[in-house]
Amino acid sequence: MSEKVKVWPGTPLGEKDIKEKRILVTEWQPNLKYAWDTGIGYGKYFAELKKGRIVGTRCAKCRRVLLPARVFCEWCFRTVDEWVYLEDTGTVNTFSVAYTGTAAERLKEPRIPALIEIDGSHGVAIMHLISEIDPWKVKIGMRVRAVWKPEPEREGAITDIAYWKPI
Amino acid sequence: MRKVAVVGAGMTKFMRRAQETGKELAWQAAGMALDSCELTLKDVDCVVMGTAPDAFDMIHMKAEYLSDGAGAWRKPYMRGFLGGGTGVFVANQAWYHVASGLFDVCLVVAEEKMSSCLPHPQGAFVTCWDQFTESPLGTSLLWFFAWEMNRYMTAHGITEREIAQVSVKNKKNALDHPCAQLPAEITVDDVMNSEVMAWPVKRLDVSPTSDGAVALVFASEEVAKRITDKPVWVEGVGWCLDTMYIGQRDLYYPKYVEYAARMAYDMAGIKDPRAEIDIAEPYDPFSYKELHHAEGLLLCDKGEAVKLLVNGETQRTGRQPWCPSGGALGVGNAIAATGTMKVAEIFWQLRGEAGKRQVPGKPRKGVAQAWGDEMQVGTVIVLGV
Repeated sequence: MSEKVKVWPGTPLGEKDIKEKRILVTEWQPNLKYAWDTGIGYGKYFAELKKGRIVGTRCAKCRRVLLPARVFCEWCFRTVDEWVYLEDTGTVNTFSVAYTGTAAERLKEPRIPALIEIDGSHGVAIMHLISEIDPWKVKIGMRVRAVWKPEPEREGAITDIAYWKPI
Repeated sequence: MRKVAVVGAGMTKFMRRAQETGKELAWQAAGMALDSCELTLKDVDCVVMGTAPDAFDMIHMKAEYLSDGAGAWRKPYMRGFLGGGTGVFVANQAWYHVASGLFDVCLVVAEEKMSSCLPHPQGAFVTCWDQFTESPLGTSLLWFFAWEMNRYMTAHGITEREIAQVSVKNKKNALDHPCAQLPAEITVDDVMNSEVMAWPVKRLDVSPTSDGAVALVFASEEVAKRITDKPVWVEGVGWCLDTMYIGQRDLYYPKYVEYAARMAYDMAGIKDPRAEIDIAEPYDPFSYKELHHAEGLLLCDKGEAVKLLVNGETQRTGRQPWCPSGGALGVGNAIAATGTMKVAEIFWQLRGEAGKRQVPGKPRKGVAQAWGDEMQVGTVIVLGV
């Protein structure tokens, strides 16, 4: 059937059609606001970040470290209540040199988002940013250390760690 | 379970911005699919609609809003929604609607209109990250793909130039697709010299954002045999979800795609997919993804997909063509509709109706796969004649 179709439906538009108002559009910009509760597991995780410490939990059944800290193990499907303090050092699992922002806008200076395996967690990684290095010198397997914000500036958020720098 | 066949397919062009509304696109594809098998809406017992994030249109219950275009009114109706994995998942849903014996004919309509979201639909993904541990870092969706591509390249010692050949192949294949948005003759150097978006991902490694719709008609064995001499049977379906905590899994390999593929192959009685599958449509929103997914689909060993690519075995005239349609990279990536486009391609190929894209040698078995949700779902369907 496909080969017999002469005209496939759909009318492509170009940027000009919109800029020169050749077609009609209706615009709307929503203004919504939310306040999300951190809950019990993340609540403690962030409270500890404020103190300059990274905390996870350990499942007593599978012995896995859960990071960010959580109060149930999704594999064993049981309560987890052993808190484990981890190092603020780690190893780069993977990274990017990113020239695009949230809405695909272009950045002049690249950022270096990475997954960092946290020491003491047996290879569990968290998402964060690397700095104080030429982006093109970052390597998978590189050792890094957290750079904490000064204590008065911390607010109990993932951004209490400003970034990670090479050791 | 009853045998189920795909009996009809239709699609609109894929384009950066369509003048048609989502409803109009859905209606065009649905009407075309029904016409192709000479059925009317009266013959349709139930409707499955696939469309991805509501945030693209910012319309609450978007699939219900679109449902008149899908021919759903006063019929049993449901929405399939697994993000980018939706397009193949809606085909799986149609299969179980009919295989269960509950319905004889199921119409599947997958639609996406990404262009309404300004300035760029990537912004609609702002809430797909964890709102506590990830979003405050100022995330970009591209980070994820860059991490995965980097991990995949490093684990196997694969180069950017090798991966670029996927873009070259798929955009070239798309030259023969009448609905393609970005068909092109390009070179590896073009890919390498294109803008760095989030290294190692460059502009020509990325599929475009698209508007478009695709529809399929599924029928029970009895109906299929009555209305067509060329039914394409659904031989296996599978889907699987992995963890949302991306630091908890190794991105170098899509284990969830393997589990979904094993589920589908077991159902289809396929023991050796490398030999038994004639054509494959792995999901290719990024160049490396075709290779990554082909490995998850067990079409080669881990890290070996690039060798098949470089040898030319995955070309349209090769031993096992991958993305003969032109894929998301060439035809376009209208998120939920892309996977369904891949199922439609296997349908047309197995019927020998793919026109200029027809794979030689009368292919008898094909697999289509999609990937999505929060980048951790695999959906697979095996079709055969």
